[in-house]
Amino acid sequence: MDLENLYRDVIVDHNRSPRNFRKIADATSVQEGFNPLCGDKLTVYLKLDGDRISDLSFEGSGCAISVASASLMSEALKGKTVVQAEQLFEKMHALLTIEDQSRDLEPLGKLAALSGVREYPSRVKCATLCWHTLKNALEHPEIQPVSTE
Amino acid sequence: MNARHDSLHKSVAMPAFDVLRWRRDFPIFKQMAHGKPLVYLDNAATSQKPQAVINAVADYYERYNSNVHRGVHHLSELATAAYEGAREKLRRFINAGSLKEIIFVRGTTEAINLVAQSYGRSRFQAGDEIMLSEMEHHSNIVPWQLLREQTGVVLKIIPINDAGDLQPGAYEKLFSPRTRLVAVTHISNALGTINPVKAMIAHAHQQRVPVLLDGAQAVPHLPVDVSDLDCDFYAFSSHKMFGPTGIGVLYAKEKLLADMPPYQGGGEMIRTVRFSGSTWNELPHKFEAGTPDIAGAIGLGAAVDYLENIGMASIRDYEHSLLEYGTQRLQTVAGVKLVGTARHKAGVLSFVMDDIHPHDIGTIVDQQGVAIRTGHHCAMPVMEHFHIPATARASLAFYNTREDIDALVQALGKAREVFR
Repeated sequence: MDLENLYRDVIVDHNRSPRNFRKIADATSVQEGFNPLCGDKLTVYLKLDGDRISDLSFEGSGCAISVASASLMSEALKGKTVVQAEQLFEKMHALLTIEDQSRDLEPLGKLAALSGVREYPSRVKCATLCWHTLKNALEHPEIQPVSTE
Repeated sequence: MNARHDSLHKSVAMPAFDVLRWRRDFPIFKQMAHGKPLVYLDNAATSQKPQAVINAVADYYERYNSNVHRGVHHLSELATAAYEGAREKLRRFINAGSLKEIIFVRGTTEAINLVAQSYGRSRFQAGDEIMLSEMEHHSNIVPWQLLREQTGVVLKIIPINDAGDLQPGAYEKLFSPRTRLVAVTHISNALGTINPVKAMIAHAHQQRVPVLLDGAQAVPHLPVDVSDLDCDFYAFSSHKMFGPTGIGVLYAKEKLLADMPPYQGGGEMIRTVRFSGSTWNELPHKFEAGTPDIAGAIGLGAAVDYLENIGMASIRDYEHSLLEYGTQRLQTVAGVKLVGTARHKAGVLSFVMDDIHPHDIGTIVDQQGVAIRTGHHCAMPVMEHFHIPATARASLAFYNTREDIDALVQALGKAREVFR
């Protein structure tokens, strides 16, 4: 294990300048994700246009892994369909939790940069938090009141 | 930089304390972490165990494993003598007046729950007030919230200031005719603050209010004398004081325990059982339902022997010098801000570092062999006070060295490098 495999340039970059780090005023679903173990907290804003994710953004505070993961997720899913998002959720979950040397990383694009997290079991939840929050937003299209503390 | 460190070494005079000698008693330090010597700075979470404690536990299982207080056979007599012998060691260690005042429990958390459910639930009524502080560990908050749901008691919170001290004067002002109990920590696990508990107890007693102290972070690090403090309840855990996990102690004044109903029912805690009703065993057994953690108690007794041999005053003084060194060294690291700068502090260095999240710091220094804790440290109200989600925390024990601190400082440089 070496740190460069965890904190790859893509991750450091997305942590420093997270993409789609904003509210969506006319979101169709807003959900909060919270990891009580470490205090990571993020809000996912989802705007569905029929079956298509027309906009996706997030806000919150967390470690570099959780911020970069959410930033990469928002980039990857904009313009995709709900079914594609669900497929990518499964792929990311497998990437972060199951060792598989023969895995084809190509379809994951930049998201593959998170593969190093798997070697750090205590950090896997940091990377999956945004994905679980997104799943919640897809399954529960409602505007959850967001605490602002 | 080097010149400054040299002067630092000179300015903080180290008392004669042979840390390397004591360190050799801990087999865990023989191993490496990620290919580097293990630097263990997470003692506020749990402490390492000396060989003497490990041997005492193994010896019980190998030579005289048996249940206590009931057998007439040889092994049971040996086990009972060792278990009750451990109780006497604990009594002496904290200077309690009587063996009846030493209750073996699972740990600090269970000790506080016992007081809440037995003492609190049988006496407190809706509107009665319990005073806590803003720096409490969750284990000295949530038991009282459960009691609040059951009885309608009101929780009053002593605020802290930005140094991590209780706000001067705030404590005294919170007393009212309805105050029934003060429950505060002796030393804060998240900030290191040593509270002025003796004066606080004296003040509470003037108002005829009893005081519970959470001593989990105090007993392993300084001499504790419950008779001198005159506290009414004192709770602490074995695993933070170099003993086994799963056991701890509730000290309580005998006159309070005598009137308190049992916390749990079962074997051991009864005198007679009939279906029409049962009668309770004498103290302390009334509060020890079921087969206790016999091996744990014996191991804890061995930890007490071990600590007494070193001397708690020596440990306190050594750790204080190490804290001063660590404080000065951390302040030289660019971007590091200490959280918790009380005047009277134990060996806890909680900090944040620029915009690097504590969890990233924790992972990076771990890769350099340095174990620290990151997160809210089960003290979320403290994090809220400082408007931070988490801190990185290095917490000291008597087996830590200046080299351990230096390794942490060096590892923090690596964190800076990763996020340059």
